Amino acid sequence: MKLLEYQGKELFKEYDIAVPKSYLVRNQHELSQIEDKLQFPVVLKSQLTVGGRGKAGAILKCMKMEELAPKFTELMNKEVKGELPKVILIEEAVVIDKELYFSLFLNRGKRTYSLISSSQGGMDIESVENKVIQDISITGLTQSNAERIAKDLGLNGVTAESFSNVVIKLAKLVREKEAELAEINPLAILKDGTCLALDAKIIIDDNSLFRHPELRKYVQISELQEQAEKSGFSFVELDGNIAIIGNGAGLVMSTLDIVNDAGGKPGAFLDFGGRATTETIYKALEVISKLSKIKAILVNLFGGIVRTDLVAQAIINAYEDGMISVPIYARISGAESDKSKKMLSNSNAKLYDTVEEAISSLVQYIGLSR
Amino acid sequence: MSKKFDIFDILVGKPDDADHGNKPVIIQGITGNFGSVHTRLMREYGTNIVAGVTPNKGGQSFEGIPVFDSVKDASKNFGAKISGIFVPAQFFLSAVKDAVNNGIKLLVAIPEHVPVRDAMEALEYAQTNGARIIGPNTPGVIIPSVNKIGIMPSQPFTKGNTAVFSRSGTLMYEVSYHLSREGIGQKIALGIGGDPINGTNLIEAFELISDRDEVESVVVVGEIGGDAEESLVQYIEKTSFNKPVVAYVAGRSAPKEKRMGHAGAIVYGNYGSAESKISSFSRVNIPVAKRPAEVPSILLKLMR
Repeated sequence: MKLLEYQGKELFKEYDIAVPKSYLVRNQHELSQIEDKLQFPVVLKSQLTVGGRGKAGAILKCMKMEELAPKFTELMNKEVKGELPKVILIEEAVVIDKELYFSLFLNRGKRTYSLISSSQGGMDIESVENKVIQDISITGLTQSNAERIAKDLGLNGVTAESFSNVVIKLAKLVREKEAELAEINPLAILKDGTCLALDAKIIIDDNSLFRHPELRKYVQISELQEQAEKSGFSFVELDGNIAIIGNGAGLVMSTLDIVNDAGGKPGAFLDFGGRATTETIYKALEVISKLSKIKAILVNLFGGIVRTDLVAQAIINAYEDGMISVPIYARISGAESDKSKKMLSNSNAKLYDTVEEAISSLVQYIGLSR
Repeated sequence: MSKKFDIFDILVGKPDDADHGNKPVIIQGITGNFGSVHTRLMREYGTNIVAGVTPNKGGQSFEGIPVFDSVKDASKNFGAKISGIFVPAQFFLSAVKDAVNNGIKLLVAIPEHVPVRDAMEALEYAQTNGARIIGPNTPGVIIPSVNKIGIMPSQPFTKGNTAVFSRSGTLMYEVSYHLSREGIGQKIALGIGGDPINGTNLIEAFELISDRDEVESVVVVGEIGGDAEESLVQYIEKTSFNKPVVAYVAGRSAPKEKRMGHAGAIVYGNYGSAESKISSFSRVNIPVAKRPAEVPSILLKLMR
């Protein structure tokens, strides 16, 4: 779960990592309630999960009161990569001496946490120069480790002390909240030498949420997503018009690639995991039926254990209940496939022996129906 | 240096072992929904399941298999070194400690949704005590026509001389199915697991077969997320690994910053992208199939 900036900063405050003075504003009414308290200039920051907000113009500086309302409206209506904000973070601007980059992340290959720091902040991490990457133990990080890191960055005096405190506190946050990533970019150094976190990017391990009731308020999922998750499915909405259903994340991803190679545009990824029963397939089709953009459904099941007639029955039920009307192209490897083909012969669904055949018929249909 | 981990010795044994090809296995979580179904299927395949463990259900039995409260009680009488772990994710860490504390050397960890922190602690615990974990979130490991510890269907696999290592469960079945159809059997098929942290990663899987002459080739099934494939390529270069390798990478068309089903299948920037993995393989002339069905023909060409 990727937290929004303001949510990350709420955690920073909880861990005593300094952030700018800020207000969270959802609408014009809330704006009118805080505008008298603001010390201009302020920065308006659209709260989005997607990256590249700065480049997309979703962060605006505001020098005086008159600019506030129009700029607020502009941001509330500004879509970035298909996402609209629900809230704007308004922060008082600060005078910055220097910007650093600092992050802690789960290093999968090394099975440890690593720390990246750089004396150049503010940029995309991939373009950050003079990166220092070191493995650390988030459980055993000591004050002297942290001071060493500050020294490596060429910091001294008040700044070195303030920075090493941020390192210690962020490691504590990562450990206790079970984050896969905590990034501060930029971490500003103010005129008085102390550090201030100007941004926050935190990704929490979804699988640990059951023991973090305090983070549950940050979970933001669509109704459809929620319905899918309740059934135990992994569901990702995509841009195209072909829904892809299968058993296993790798298999569905692979099917997505083959559809894409054949010129089709996937519009939904749905992995229903383990066992294929009439009920799970029906529920998967139910989730897909809520997406009006879907023009055809591809079902790719690899089983061995899967009984294809159970899948065929789910498809027949879904058509008979009027839940779906779009055609289904299915590749189901498993027992009883001749029986299943017969069962589906009067429906809008077709069974194929290979996924390539199913996809080529589907893509041809989409092309014709355009 | 510790002795090299020999998975065949543990799963199959030496030719003159009394229980060669019939090594005892315990199942943790045997009475659960998933555990019970797959215990039956593993047994049908020939896995010698001698005992089960479910806390507070000791004294019961499952289809003639005695159930115990802990691995300690279960391993006392049977000397099992292998455990299949089918417990819910929140009990994973304690199940691992119970197994490692009581003589288990190979832990096949099936549960999905294990928190990263627990997985890291479990791996460290196993490693410190000389045990090996496969998974979590793995379909398991199969030695075709000997035994299987896991949830994979049996039909796709046939006995042979290729090793299949896969980050995805269903794609391991799919690729093995295509291989078997073309007459290419498998010496071993092992699921790395779909999580960010894996007890046996791709490099460690390669180490399992690198000095076994009877393994003639390797198929690697990768997917987006992390840098396991890139690290594997470095390992292959560094060790001059000389068996033919064919790769497949799922997720070329996946969007960035979206978790594609597996906890570990997510791209940040270029980190974890399919392009990065495919270009790594290409750099050392490892062919990358565009579709799972292409793997056998590419492999046959390499072997010629």
